[in-house]
Amino acid sequence: MSAVATAAPERPAQAAGPTPRPRRRWTRFLLPAYSWLIIAYLVFPIAVMALYSFNKVTTGLPQVSFSWNGFTTQWYQEWSGVPGLTSSFWLSIRLAIAATLLATVIGTLLALALVRYRPPRFRGRVFVEQVMFLNIAAPEIVLGASLLGLFITITLARGFVTLLLAHVAFSIAYVAVTVRARLAGFDRALEEAAADLGANSWTTFRKITLPLIMPGILAGALMAFALSIDDFVTSNFVSGAAVPFPVWVYGATRIGIPPQVFVFGSVIFGVGILCAFASIVLSRRKA
Amino acid sequence: MLAPYLLSLPAGVWLLALFLVPLVVMLSLSLQSCNPATGACVLTWHWAEFGQQLSLYHTQFLTSFYFAGAATLIDLVVSFPIAYWIAFYGGSKKNFFLLMLLVPFFVSFVIRTVVWEFILSDQGVVLGALKHAHLLPQSFHVLGTGYAVVAGLAYNYLPFTALPLYVAIERIDRRVLDAAYDLYATKRAAFTRVILPLTIPGLFAAFLLTFIPALGDYVNQVILGGTNNTMIGTVIQNSFLVTLDYPGGSALSAVLLAIALIGIFAYARLLGTRTIEEYL
Repeated sequence: MSAVATAAPERPAQAAGPTPRPRRRWTRFLLPAYSWLIIAYLVFPIAVMALYSFNKVTTGLPQVSFSWNGFTTQWYQEWSGVPGLTSSFWLSIRLAIAATLLATVIGTLLALALVRYRPPRFRGRVFVEQVMFLNIAAPEIVLGASLLGLFITITLARGFVTLLLAHVAFSIAYVAVTVRARLAGFDRALEEAAADLGANSWTTFRKITLPLIMPGILAGALMAFALSIDDFVTSNFVSGAAVPFPVWVYGATRIGIPPQVFVFGSVIFGVGILCAFASIVLSRRKA
Repeated sequence: MLAPYLLSLPAGVWLLALFLVPLVVMLSLSLQSCNPATGACVLTWHWAEFGQQLSLYHTQFLTSFYFAGAATLIDLVVSFPIAYWIAFYGGSKKNFFLLMLLVPFFVSFVIRTVVWEFILSDQGVVLGALKHAHLLPQSFHVLGTGYAVVAGLAYNYLPFTALPLYVAIERIDRRVLDAAYDLYATKRAAFTRVILPLTIPGLFAAFLLTFIPALGDYVNQVILGGTNNTMIGTVIQNSFLVTLDYPGGSALSAVLLAIALIGIFAYARLLGTRTIEEYL
């Protein structure tokens, strides 16, 4: 996910691409046409979702139907009409905020340790890196199942707490990796300058280090939030009575999806994509 | 002196208690025998659990391999050209196109899969229209077959494939290509002998980041595949959440982890664990 934000700055000398000689006329359009086709394919299900969030329901039960019954904004007006769905949505938001805060702090501290200290001073760094890699690469179903095994063994009741513990556990490595990637070009001389000018280490951290690494921390926090709010596999294992949004929707597939699910999906998509576009435009202004 | 350890202490404790310890607990659970009446489990070193589970569910493991493999292959083939195009011809719109690649991530994973169920259903927007136009027989269906599961997996994991490929292609030094052309390489030779070899780490990362999640996926299988073609993820979540057979589920999870570890170790050996951060 971080690739959008970290995309390399333009290299004007190389921007033209590898064209040894002018391409033949019609093949020139082959690759762009294909790429736009793939983009259309990626967008298509989302368009279907948005369209059918405006679909009338003719049967007695309010469920999304396969046939188009006419346009209505009823489901947007009654967006909170399914109590279980609404409460699961707010639970997911609360959970994602709490998990993001914890994971961002813990992950950033880890990233600082990994960037600044090498093996003679930081024994076990290689081991920490291997654990992080394993945590990112291992199948999520194994992590979720093993967490459930742990909670059962220590008889910890499943609910918000177990969800939070699990979400922070799978976010820390992602945050640390994202923050560390942004910390790579950090100039320690700036901190030394602050110290030379009489700042103590806390002031140096607050006034110099933190503002400089803030973009990296924000990218890490965004990553943690995205991972948490959309997590299904782990959450389904450890949720118990507290049901987050994706788990609720999954449960609803067996009894029929209320149209409000598409409303939530469309609105979340709209807000997310607007924020992303805004950040692209803003970063271009700065550049 | 203590700084690196203090800084990594919270993460270390959290990952130890909620990542490494659970894996050990899982291994221990797989060797326990549980009393079905009371639910109490004791460690009996019951190694036979692995053999029993594998003989029961080896077809589900194979199905997972076929489906995840097919979806990964489709994703690699489908996303290579678009990653190439964005990296080489994206120009100033690179970030916009990358956002377009990530568009599925802005909709919840479960909702995406539900929408595919919706699209692929017998009277849905695609098949219904084709049947109405008599281009398909009325009996034609996709939902409930392996094709639907592979289609869902391929759609849901495409960004995981496309991004590492983009990163790898984007990093190729264009001067190497210029050199190839100066040495009279044809376009085909430049592609197969310069671009492709240079993207191998990215291809490997893309494979790992797509295949391993797809291998353990059960959402696509349950929603799109119905009761047919059960994948191993479905069996594991059933053992843990429906039949409450913790030793059985743990044994299957351990086997799945062991299979994934082969790929993970190969990656770490060949490319190093740190390179993964470039592809996330």
